[in-house]
Amino acid sequence: MSDVNSRISDIVSGSDVVLFMKGTPLFPQCGFSSRAVAILDHCGVAYDSVDVLQDMEIRQGIKGYSDWPTIPQLYVKGEFVGGSDIMMEMFEAGELQQMLDEQSVARA
Amino acid sequence: MPMSAGEIERLIATALPGAEIELTDLAGDDDHWAARVTAPQFAGKSRVQQHKMVYDALGGRMGGALHALQLSTAIPT
Repeated sequence: MSDVNSRISDIVSGSDVVLFMKGTPLFPQCGFSSRAVAILDHCGVAYDSVDVLQDMEIRQGIKGYSDWPTIPQLYVKGEFVGGSDIMMEMFEAGELQQMLDEQSVARA
Repeated sequence: MPMSAGEIERLIATALPGAEIELTDLAGDDDHWAARVTAPQFAGKSRVQQHKMVYDALGGRMGGALHALQLSTAIPT
């Protein structure tokens, strides 16, 4: 496994919920990342975030890791869930909250 | 480098014949689009797979030539 892939693998397996985003939850630097943060905050789960703007290797590597071309990217229990659009569709259908409950993810 | 509505529609329609494509220019700059794609080919596919099918149709332009695409997908009812 390439260096960046093992770095990413460590990150996503190190926390229940990880959001790779542009900026930070307090200061999101892109509308899609900001929407993803709002959704997670609404779900009330604890999560770690990775600011890809501070790490170009991760910023590019994450797209190959998940075979998904854009940021943000959400991982739950090490599995890629989706980007901002998928999170929104799942949230609106109640599927995101259900999945987080089923995965017994820690509350914020 | 923005993309026109016609270009986006042509790429998606070519890869997903019969798809219904609704485009909204979010910022008036041909670079921030919202798209709703309804296609029979999505049947039985997960949301991630459906979105990947649209990204593949755009031939790797997603996140590059096409800066922002707010995407929602559906299966014809």
